[in-house]
Amino acid sequence: MLIKRLFPHPILSVVLTLVWLGLVNKVTLGNVILGGFLGIVVPFITAPYWPNRPLLRNPVAIVGYFLIVLWDIVVANVQVAMLIVFKRADSLQSKWITIPLDLTSAEAITVLAGTITMTPGTVSATLSADGSAILVHCLHTDDPDAVRDEIKNRYERRLKEIFA
Amino acid sequence: MEILTEVAISAFLVISGVFGLVGSFGLVKLKDTMQRLHAPTKATTLGVGGVLIASMLYFLLVKDKLSFHELLITLFLFLTAPITANFIAKAYMSANIREADVPTTQGEKGWAIYDDPPEPAEQD
Repeated sequence: MLIKRLFPHPILSVVLTLVWLGLVNKVTLGNVILGGFLGIVVPFITAPYWPNRPLLRNPVAIVGYFLIVLWDIVVANVQVAMLIVFKRADSLQSKWITIPLDLTSAEAITVLAGTITMTPGTVSATLSADGSAILVHCLHTDDPDAVRDEIKNRYERRLKEIFA
Repeated sequence: MEILTEVAISAFLVISGVFGLVGSFGLVKLKDTMQRLHAPTKATTLGVGGVLIASMLYFLLVKDKLSFHELLITLFLFLTAPITANFIAKAYMSANIREADVPTTQGEKGWAIYDDPPEPAEQD
């Protein structure tokens, strides 16, 4: 199919075009054409580098996921700022938390690890050697199991819906 | 109307300044490297985010043009900040933290810092 060969990675094409328009910061016909050209050529040339790319099952869910993460970042930022300012440093209970993963694709795990780090209060430290669990460092918690369940229910469940 | 615009822009600038300050204060106050790693992830999210929102409002309401650069800065920050934090965490762990100090993986293999990956399946 010609369409499929011209656009091996349609979402990347759209993203590249939008990023190009953002970089030049002006929407003109010339810029749209140049951005569209980049959006076709770059995925075409780089296609051999991702042979096992996971398919996005539900691209619309990405928007919802992004908004939830954005909101969580704001809320958790305030919580951690309170911890830093008002709590004595030696009364902070930092904990390591093991989170077993149901996700299998490298891309999905990368997004989850990035999300865990960007939502303040938790930093993803390392994966297990076979990629079946992720080690998270939590700045302050009384209940490590609750943190684990929240990450699994709030983020991983949604990522499972997005990545096929 | 103009005064409202200025108040909104100033408010976002002040918010981001406060979070930047708290993030830096955390670097001084917290005890060990893993805890300190939490502080800069704050400064890069709400601290930078506030400045970016203020900048977008300024160009939109005062200069009357739409600016996309702030959205791109957000995008690139979200892509790069977790990777930096992860690299620092891994480097610190491999040098200073023993495997016995962290919980187990609850799986067959240990953590990637201390254990080798499984043999790849035989390719036909």
